[in-house]
Amino acid sequence: MNKLVEYFRTQMSQDPDVASAVAAIRSLLEFLKRDQSETILGLRENLTKAIGRLQEADSSVAVSSGGELFLRFISLTSLENPDLSQCRNMMIERGELFLKKISLSRGKVAKLCHTFIKDGAKILTHSSSRVVLKVLESAAADKKRFTVYVTESQPDSAGKHMADKLRKLNIPVTIVLDAAVGYIMEKVDMVIVGAEGVVESGGIINKIGTYQMAVCSKAHNKPFYVVAESFKFVRLYPLNQQDVPHRFKYKADTLKTAEDLNQEHPIIDYTPPSLITLLFTDLGVLTPSAVSDELIKLYL
Amino acid sequence: MADSEGNERSKQTAIINHAADEGDEKSLAEIQKAKNEGKELTKEEKLRLRKEKKQQKKGKKDDKGPTEKAPVKEKTANPPASSQPVTQNAAQKAPSAVSVPVSESTAPTDKSAKSKAELKAERRARQEAERASKQAKKEPGSQAPSSKSKAPPSELQPAVKRLPEHIQVDDPAVVRKLAKKLERQQKSGQGTSLNVSRVKIPLRSDYGYKVSLFSHLHQYSRKAPLTQQISIPATVIHPSIVRLGLQYSQGIVAGSNARSVALLHAFKQVIQDYSTPPNEELARDLVNKLKPYISFLNQCRPLSASMGNAIKYIKKEISNIPSQCKEEEAKKKLLSCVDSYVNEKITLAAKGISKYAIDKISDGDVILVYGCSSLVNHILCEAFEKQRKFRVIVVDSRPRLEGREALRRLVNRGIRCTYVLISAVSYVLPEVSKVFLGAHALLANGYVMSRVGTSQIALVAKAYNVPVLVCCETYKFCERVQTDSFVSNELDDPDDLIVTRKGKTHLADWQSETSLGLLNLVYDVTPPDFVDLVITELGMIPCTSVPVVLRVKNVDQ
Repeated sequence: MNKLVEYFRTQMSQDPDVASAVAAIRSLLEFLKRDQSETILGLRENLTKAIGRLQEADSSVAVSSGGELFLRFISLTSLENPDLSQCRNMMIERGELFLKKISLSRGKVAKLCHTFIKDGAKILTHSSSRVVLKVLESAAADKKRFTVYVTESQPDSAGKHMADKLRKLNIPVTIVLDAAVGYIMEKVDMVIVGAEGVVESGGIINKIGTYQMAVCSKAHNKPFYVVAESFKFVRLYPLNQQDVPHRFKYKADTLKTAEDLNQEHPIIDYTPPSLITLLFTDLGVLTPSAVSDELIKLYL
Repeated sequence: MADSEGNERSKQTAIINHAADEGDEKSLAEIQKAKNEGKELTKEEKLRLRKEKKQQKKGKKDDKGPTEKAPVKEKTANPPASSQPVTQNAAQKAPSAVSVPVSESTAPTDKSAKSKAELKAERRARQEAERASKQAKKEPGSQAPSSKSKAPPSELQPAVKRLPEHIQVDDPAVVRKLAKKLERQQKSGQGTSLNVSRVKIPLRSDYGYKVSLFSHLHQYSRKAPLTQQISIPATVIHPSIVRLGLQYSQGIVAGSNARSVALLHAFKQVIQDYSTPPNEELARDLVNKLKPYISFLNQCRPLSASMGNAIKYIKKEISNIPSQCKEEEAKKKLLSCVDSYVNEKITLAAKGISKYAIDKISDGDVILVYGCSSLVNHILCEAFEKQRKFRVIVVDSRPRLEGREALRRLVNRGIRCTYVLISAVSYVLPEVSKVFLGAHALLANGYVMSRVGTSQIALVAKAYNVPVLVCCETYKFCERVQTDSFVSNELDDPDDLIVTRKGKTHLADWQSETSLGLLNLVYDVTPPDFVDLVITELGMIPCTSVPVVLRVKNVDQ
């Protein structure tokens, strides 16, 4: 189990561009290959435990959703073969297939979204998202001219990383304070954000500050676009900010060490579907109400 | 007056005698003119009916019967389809309503959409079609266009639907048709050899002045139940059904789940007492036996969406019984089907829904409920047993005061409750953390049909940013689409609104006041923007995903 977490962390550090869910799934696949259990039920139990351990290591929503989807995908075949090793090989095959599919998903999202960026557009984005970066990369490659405003996104100043990466792509970028979102909203044409998780209602869970941005964009009638891969769809249905489970709201270390969670700052917030215009996923361009449809297809 | 009427009549009989193709149009125009002069419509209706029947007979005699009808239908379908939005105009329904006995397609039977100009267009189209087909007889090459024109009618026909009878009460033709249907039903249940006095399923008459916006709905009085008009012995209607009908009309059995369960139990009784007559198949005969019962129950109190779905299920099960199955076996199978339906769709669904709902109830919650929903009460009792700490605010409204029943049930379990009337809801909402509502039916466009007052509570809750959760089993999902509470609703006894305070009843003789109407609505629809979450036994879904569930259910079946 500890080796699993180590493997996961090495994956994350080796390839900073990879999504945390993809790294988690790679680790789970390795775990599956090395697993020694004698029965399929035992295998499933071990996998579930492994997912739990990974969640403790990295409390993002994406790890939880990716892990659950991985488990469902590999067990979707008929596992009636009496020989366990054959079953395991089949599961590993499907696992590799799943991994290949989701590695391509970011490209698919970028292809769908970059056409929405017009020449001369001013885009506002929040914190650092690899999917948004890919989208802007493809738009720049398409010879479009646009400027980007990025929020600083405290407490970890992730916005600065985003700005550096964008500068390397020769995209004009400005960093704004988190508090200046309302101020800058009238200048921008659209808002594009990534998501850590997409919930059943069609809303998203993302870095803290996204909800504010969504409310401001609604007030100014600017479109609010979300880009997310399909493995981020999660079976959660928060009614409001308080309804998001604690294990997602705080970092894994904080959950273990903190005495009073009310004194800690949450690192994510929930944006309800009424504020989102469109979601770009590798399943297509969806309205928030279509997300539930897709989720039913994925999970049922 | 009499003279001019006599002239009219002779003119019109002359017209009828000349029912030739070419003369038709002209005579039609004359009839239209006569109508436009503002004569009574009933005579016109009768004459038109006779005319139509003659034309249809002519059409059937013609060799190219089917191909003729097809182009006719195509062109007649066009005007009604285009005027589909203009549906509920009472004044224009009457003339077209009677010209309906065409059994073939539904396109021309859209009674409500036709106006005089459209009828003219239809007739003209029919003439042209007949002329075209006559030409086609001479030139076989022109068969192609008439067969091509067959394709569009089938596309258009699904778009034109028949309006249900219970929302066309102000159309006298529809009421007459319904009365005839009830007569026919009781006759079909009797053998010709029996010498029993024919018992009619009576048509319940409306009571009191109806507010004009709702004049298309029935309004019955509780003091005149349908059972009084049936003589003893009522051999056509099974006694358990009579009892059920009485319980419905007097409000003894009320609430969507309770009514469905009572209906299914009564049907079980019917199936047990049923014996196949000789030379009849159980599958077909039992379904026919059930039809007059359902009409009777509909007369006692309009069927709810959940009851409709239950009846559909039973009819399907009955008709799926193989013909070689013995009677005892078949009956046992049907009884077990009914039992499993009640168990799965109602009892177990309630358990599944409570499981999801309890996840949404956290400690320290203040939950608002409205009226008495069996499902919501079940959820709250389960949550209380699972040691969740919450308190409940019960909102109630006149004249049913169902909240008192909910209050009684919750307080008996030991849950802390507060009781307010609906007029105080905006006072009490700032302290509420969640609103739990039950539903009578969930419509295909995401609207929630529930007890009147529900949409008001959802609206105020939205204004205060309080999440609204609707709990509903999937058997209450129906394919209907409704955007307002007027089109299809139920009017309860207006006398319920009369209240006696300190011995004084001011509204006692409200009927004598001509400009006064009492409106006692039963249901209203809540738009999906006000509902945050719907909890079903399949999981938690947003209100807009109701058609997805319907689609998944249809695939399952």
